[in-house]
Amino acid sequence: MTPQAWFEVRHLDYAYASGPLVVRDLSMSVAPGSMTAVIGANGSGKSTLIRMLAGLLKPGAGTILLDGVALQDWEPRLRARQIAYVPQSTAVAFPFPALDIVLSGRTPYLPRFHFEDTADAAKAMEALEAAGAAHLADRCFTSLSGGERQMVILARALAQEPRLLLLDEPSSSLDLKHRANLIRTLARLRETKRLSVLMITHDLQLTSSFDQILAMRCGEVAAAGAPQEVLREDLLRDVYGDPNVRTERRGDRTLVWVDL
Amino acid sequence: MTIEPVGARVVKALAILTLVLLASIAVGLAVGSQHIELSRILSDPFSHTLFFRLRLPRVLMGLLIGASLAVTGGALQALFRNPLADPYTLGVSGGGALGASIAIAMGWSARVAGIPLVFAASFAGAMLAVTLVRTIARSGAVMLPGALLLSGVVVNLITAAGVLTIQYLTDPSSALRILRWLIGSLDIVGLDPIGRMLLVLAPAWLALLAFSRQLNLLAIDEDTAATLGVNVRRCETMVHALCALIVGVTVSAGGAIGFVGLIVPHAVRLLFGEDLRIVLPGSLLLGAAFLILADALARTALPSNELPVGAITGLLGGPVFLWLLRRRQHYAVL
Repeated sequence: MTPQAWFEVRHLDYAYASGPLVVRDLSMSVAPGSMTAVIGANGSGKSTLIRMLAGLLKPGAGTILLDGVALQDWEPRLRARQIAYVPQSTAVAFPFPALDIVLSGRTPYLPRFHFEDTADAAKAMEALEAAGAAHLADRCFTSLSGGERQMVILARALAQEPRLLLLDEPSSSLDLKHRANLIRTLARLRETKRLSVLMITHDLQLTSSFDQILAMRCGEVAAAGAPQEVLREDLLRDVYGDPNVRTERRGDRTLVWVDL
Repeated sequence: MTIEPVGARVVKALAILTLVLLASIAVGLAVGSQHIELSRILSDPFSHTLFFRLRLPRVLMGLLIGASLAVTGGALQALFRNPLADPYTLGVSGGGALGASIAIAMGWSARVAGIPLVFAASFAGAMLAVTLVRTIARSGAVMLPGALLLSGVVVNLITAAGVLTIQYLTDPSSALRILRWLIGSLDIVGLDPIGRMLLVLAPAWLALLAFSRQLNLLAIDEDTAATLGVNVRRCETMVHALCALIVGVTVSAGGAIGFVGLIVPHAVRLLFGEDLRIVLPGSLLLGAAFLILADALARTALPSNELPVGAITGLLGGPVFLWLLRRRQHYAVL
């Protein structure tokens, strides 16, 4: 447990409606201004974990502490200024303009019965620019492609000005260039605003610049540590249950692929 | 890019719609099967009676019911994230009608604390229907849009059958009163019922409008709303109860007038955008204007006879529903 950890998870369990545990005795912590990648096979409990961290699921057992206070004891509005969440995909039923969706990220800062003002609108535009989606501001959300939607939702989360940003596979529908942009943006916000990031990804190449990787297997932490410690052939074969996983060190990054 | 702040958009939209409402009130008061000389309503007893006992109450009734149905339609669409939701399509009106019919057939004309039992029975029926529809449509964490509307249709069929059975078994005078509920009409005499309705409706409207911001976030996405600080369960429960209350009172007074809650919020959306903080108060105003005008049309369309207003809204609303269905590529979930 690092001494400066302000976001701490202790012995977390979760099971869906009398099913087996999908997250089991999981402990971890996030330091301010750090980037954590969560990796693991499909169904290993990553999304369940991140939904608990976002406050969307109540843990079956264990505690999530933010500034030493249990997450469920935080007033929702104040919690929303600390933690933002970008889901895997967002289906919006009504044709809202993208900018309105980003603007909704300012809600936790609005007094009751107040509307967003021009300062909020400026913050929303700034967030759209940071997410590389400024050109989408006027577009109708329902007409955007999957990748474009993802960037708008990222902008909404950034407009929330959180200290911790939770992302569930944000890169899955992004092209090569936008994946790189995403990581650069997150790394820049880590430097400028001490933003902490916890991101689920299957894109192991992206994780080289992260501070820690949490590898999950069957709801448990299989390994945790710096990228070069976790991205090892034997360990990844075990995590993904495939003996054909290969890795190769290239300078300070690790290439990972599977022999077909 | 310059952005007009939401607050300014709200003020502009509501100012325009208030003018529309005032104009429609003027039209509603001016037209009817009997010509009333407006300059003589205070001096001439006949004109006075016609205006204050019949014409004015009827216009105010249209205002209350139109506003109520439209605002609940807008709220239910956001809550269920479904553009085809409205008190009628979700079976809430049907539930209310069944509750009201049972109360009438049982002869429950009593009042408890000034509130007629028919209101209470109608509210209970509406609440039961919305809870039933929601329970069926919600599978785990997701709301299934198809199941939502199908269960609404089935609840409507069941309640209609229930009302018909009661109507068949009850005495002729009650049966006639129940028939009124089924079609929906604004036929009332005197201003007393208006006052009683307003006593319940006005606070319920305000309470519902207070949820505009939360409903706006829910209309975008449920998980997003939750992570932005909305207590989703509490908001859902409150909006359900308020909608059932408003629809229950409306139905017990005016019957199951269809499609107002569907057409009006979409008209406001087309004019002023998707933001629920505009759509909800805007629907309140435009819904009132719409039903007043629809009723004016119902009163004057045929030379010899008056049509029930429910027939007019049904004839207008059905095609709008089909048009929305055809336009569904604009909506992600249908």
